[in-house]
Amino acid sequence: MDSLTANVPLLLFLIVGTIAVASSILVVAMRNPVHSALFLLVTFLCVAMLFIMRGADFVGAVQVLVYAGGIMVLFLFVVMLINVRSLPHERMTSPFLLGGLAVGAAIFVLFATIVRTGAYHDEVNRPDLLRSTSTHITETVRAADGTVATRHVVRHHIVGNSEAVGSALYQDYLVPFEVASLFLLVAMIGAIVIGKRELSALEEETVPDFILERMETEADVKEVVNA
Amino acid sequence: MAFDATDIVLSIVKIAIVLSFVLSVTPVMAWVERRGAGMIQDRPGPNRVGPFGLLQPFADALKFLTKEDIIPAQANKLLYTLAPAFGLLPALTTIAVVPWGRPFVIPQMTIGGHVLFTGGRLFEPIIADVNAGILVVFALASLSVYGVTTAGWSSANKYSMFGAIRSSAQMISYELSLAMAALGVLLVTGSLRLSDVVWTQAGSFVLFDTIRVPAWNCFSPGMWLSMVVFIAAAFAETNRLPFDFAEAEAELVAGYHTEYSSMKFALFFMSEYMSMATMSAVIVTLFFGGWGIPWYHVPPTFLGFLLSAIAFLIKICIMLFVFVWVRWTIPRLKYDILMRLGWKVFLPLAIVNLVIVAGFIAKGWI
Repeated sequence: MDSLTANVPLLLFLIVGTIAVASSILVVAMRNPVHSALFLLVTFLCVAMLFIMRGADFVGAVQVLVYAGGIMVLFLFVVMLINVRSLPHERMTSPFLLGGLAVGAAIFVLFATIVRTGAYHDEVNRPDLLRSTSTHITETVRAADGTVATRHVVRHHIVGNSEAVGSALYQDYLVPFEVASLFLLVAMIGAIVIGKRELSALEEETVPDFILERMETEADVKEVVNA
Repeated sequence: MAFDATDIVLSIVKIAIVLSFVLSVTPVMAWVERRGAGMIQDRPGPNRVGPFGLLQPFADALKFLTKEDIIPAQANKLLYTLAPAFGLLPALTTIAVVPWGRPFVIPQMTIGGHVLFTGGRLFEPIIADVNAGILVVFALASLSVYGVTTAGWSSANKYSMFGAIRSSAQMISYELSLAMAALGVLLVTGSLRLSDVVWTQAGSFVLFDTIRVPAWNCFSPGMWLSMVVFIAAAFAETNRLPFDFAEAEAELVAGYHTEYSSMKFALFFMSEYMSMATMSAVIVTLFFGGWGIPWYHVPPTFLGFLLSAIAFLIKICIMLFVFVWVRWTIPRLKYDILMRLGWKVFLPLAIVNLVIVAGFIAKGWI
């Protein structure tokens, strides 16, 4: 039984990893953009699963939470902006195929070297280090007048997951985090400003003729009725 | 990852119990919904099949199984077939992170002197006690929109498409209010784990040194606002009236499942009721004390586990009845009012509530 269960994490990793790689290839290989968007979702779900298998529940859940909504918007853009049923039959391979392959191989070599030398290895096979623990210690305290008393102390050792992410974002890296969120806010406001300005500049032209005609006839009808 | 055969057996037992609950919700609720509708509209409701029409769900199921399964010629066949499964998956899995009973120590089991089961192990009635439990709930809830959208898009039908786009806009908007409303509870708990949320609601508040009120979040004044917002957003997330814009049968024929028939339609029907039950379980866990029993300290024994599980079930049933009650009482909103309500009323209210709870905690009142 032990030999059976010992290999389960590795087996799961292989299965999930294969699905992740295969579906990320299919994202770019699929002709139908709707299928591409759905394969992108599968890729992110698999990556979330890999995070959870490494004990990072928080990152895994956030991965799904953020990307599920994001890909939904992408999906809707595809559905609303592209007529999927009349896609032209173009050639599948891009002229940048060789260059892309070279870049991909270079990145693979880079990652392989990093993983091999162990520069980014964490404490392997120590899931207890990824959990928050509380240790209860009974200390002896000698007061000023010489009496000895025991004191109960609880030490919280917070590592990994939501507490660790929280303390990293709001204590260690508070300023970069706030600056990043400010940038996002600026980008959002900028998008709204650009959208608004273009709308007002084109407003005169964008009212279709048949609506202008109808408005005129309605004004005429009102005049007649009022008279 | 240290686990042995007993862990696997216990996990399978837990999954079997939870799955059998979630799967049996649909037939029961189908009957409750139709009888409840009858009661509210002053008519008998289904009363032909079996006593009180109790066998009606079985007749319905038989009908679904024998209907012709039609796939429209213009439909995207693969996605059209997969969409009901996309809808079913989140509805089935979300309940895994919800605790459904008091953990208890399994006693040693012997049959005729032969030790069947070594005792002393803690049985935690939750399939996956994930550190980021509530986030998993939200993540899976945000996945449930894919079933609706792929169904609507792949059907190649205008009404289906309208239902899909409306419901995806609605679900993305109301997700924010849902998460924001839950933040107050999480602040008080200090953890994202749902079993911690239940434990902090154990015990009671004491009013005027005499009256003991269960320490449930729904009795804490800081939570009232967020409770209302959360329940309303939960209605929107499960596509129930007054927010059922995915279906909107008066406007869109049947919305995203207009083209669906037979068992594929039945799967959508089932996932609606399952996600209702899951949402009820989450609401009960966050605001109504989870498996806690008022004025009673549940002992860590098998009896205590049984009592707490029954209490949890009763609370879920009450919440499910509220779902039915609201559906047959409040009419559907207009679409623009729904969006305005989500962004301009519920979201600000949830944020105001978060500030109130944070203030209470800073003052040391909670």
